[in-house]
Amino acid sequence: MSAELSLKPRHLLPAKANKRTGMNVSVDGLSLYYDRHTKALDDVSLRIKRQQVTAFIGPSGCGKSTLLRCFNRMNDQIEGCRIEGRIRMDKMDIYHPRVDVSLLRRRVGMVFQKPNPFPMSVYENVAYGLRIGGLRRRRELDEVVERSLRAAALWDEVKDRLNENALALSGGQQQRLVIARTIAVEPDVLLLDEPASSLDPISTLKIEELIYELKSRYTIIIVTHNMQQAARVSDMTAFMYQGRVIEFDTADRLFTNPKEKQTEDYITGRYG
Amino acid sequence: MESRHDSYNQHISAQYNAELEALKNHLLEMGGLVEQQLGDAIDALLRRDSGSAAPIIDKDAVINQMQVDIDEECSRILARRQPAASDLRLVLTIGKLTNDLERVGDEASKLARLAIDLSEDAASPSNLLEVRQLSTDVVDMLHASLNAFARLEVHQAVGVVIADRETDRDYGSGLRSLTALLMEHRDSIPTLLNEIWALRSLERVGDHAANIAEQVIYLVRGVDVRHLSRKELKQQHLDQP
Repeated sequence: MSAELSLKPRHLLPAKANKRTGMNVSVDGLSLYYDRHTKALDDVSLRIKRQQVTAFIGPSGCGKSTLLRCFNRMNDQIEGCRIEGRIRMDKMDIYHPRVDVSLLRRRVGMVFQKPNPFPMSVYENVAYGLRIGGLRRRRELDEVVERSLRAAALWDEVKDRLNENALALSGGQQQRLVIARTIAVEPDVLLLDEPASSLDPISTLKIEELIYELKSRYTIIIVTHNMQQAARVSDMTAFMYQGRVIEFDTADRLFTNPKEKQTEDYITGRYG
Repeated sequence: MESRHDSYNQHISAQYNAELEALKNHLLEMGGLVEQQLGDAIDALLRRDSGSAAPIIDKDAVINQMQVDIDEECSRILARRQPAASDLRLVLTIGKLTNDLERVGDEASKLARLAIDLSEDAASPSNLLEVRQLSTDVVDMLHASLNAFARLEVHQAVGVVIADRETDRDYGSGLRSLTALLMEHRDSIPTLLNEIWALRSLERVGDHAANIAEQVIYLVRGVDVRHLSRKELKQQHLDQP
């Protein structure tokens, strides 16, 4: 388990090990309490597969973002927060006391609702995590920066502006830059928390196209308020309500013939 | 999740409720007109009455226009509302039902034309027995399939699908008796040929009623039964009320 997490950054490994396919994630009996009275997640169990996009949908406050934040242990820092149950990525228990959280986060990248590029150049934004990871040689950095920007479908738009401040980019470009920065360090799992909700429809479609392109190499988990977006991008969809997973099925099935009435009411816009 | 009878008036958007409700009502209106056309055409045929047959042929244009209008309504809802789950199945189903209903309308026109032909033909040696029998069955089937749609009743729809297989057999035996009469009554060949055409039209109506019923099963349960055998249908317990 800990051996898995002490791996060097991917780009320092031989080419074969560099081939990414993501990790299977399994959640068993996960409950989360923000304090003694507030149970944000209630006995959640899910099997999330590599090379697939899994979406969490549900009304505000249903626990979807809380669940997403469990995958890179962002809830740990909240005072009084208590977690029961288990999350495993492949075979490692990510809540095991010996897990190094910063190494975990290297393998589990996260993109937030609002693009948050660092106030530095486009190039440095992508190179930042690589430098921290110990990559110093300019040629290698150049190579990974280009590869990441290409993977994030941004290279053509910024290749002549690499030294410009990232804050000068449009919102959609900034969000793709953040995705490039996230995938530069070669994570296994990508967590996307409403990644397109602050973007215009065209930028949204670009992000969705990007998600589709990336899924063969990662495990992608996305939280979205936009049901049509979940229907478009996800392979598997979980509908959550009041901290519980009400229904978890293929997106094809969930959006055409859900089993549960609560799911049906939510996705068709009926009174719950 | 099974579609429910009252489920089209529970959306947060009242406008969306109204659109789905109107779509369903328009389809039922079209179904009602098609049923009436079919009934009138069969009546004219059995009475060999050319006078009442002509207006039926004229009215077919109204049904065609209804098909176009309802299909447009479906496209509009798909584009503007992006329906999901049972709402999506409703819109998809109605898009298909207009097709079957319009074809039944065409068959009604054909039967009306045959009524005009038969009014001029020699007397029928069969006394229109085969046509009479099959027409009772298919009128019932069409009525039951539309009823199943209006009330979202799966077991009634399954009944229609099963009845259609019997209708196909009755059509076969009707055809055999008319062919036998053809050989005996050479002077009645035009009459008997027209009866065979009528029988064929009625058999097609039965097929369309079965298509409608299959779509109703999809609408309510979300399962596609179009290529299931009778035994497989029973195994899915779809015939239980």
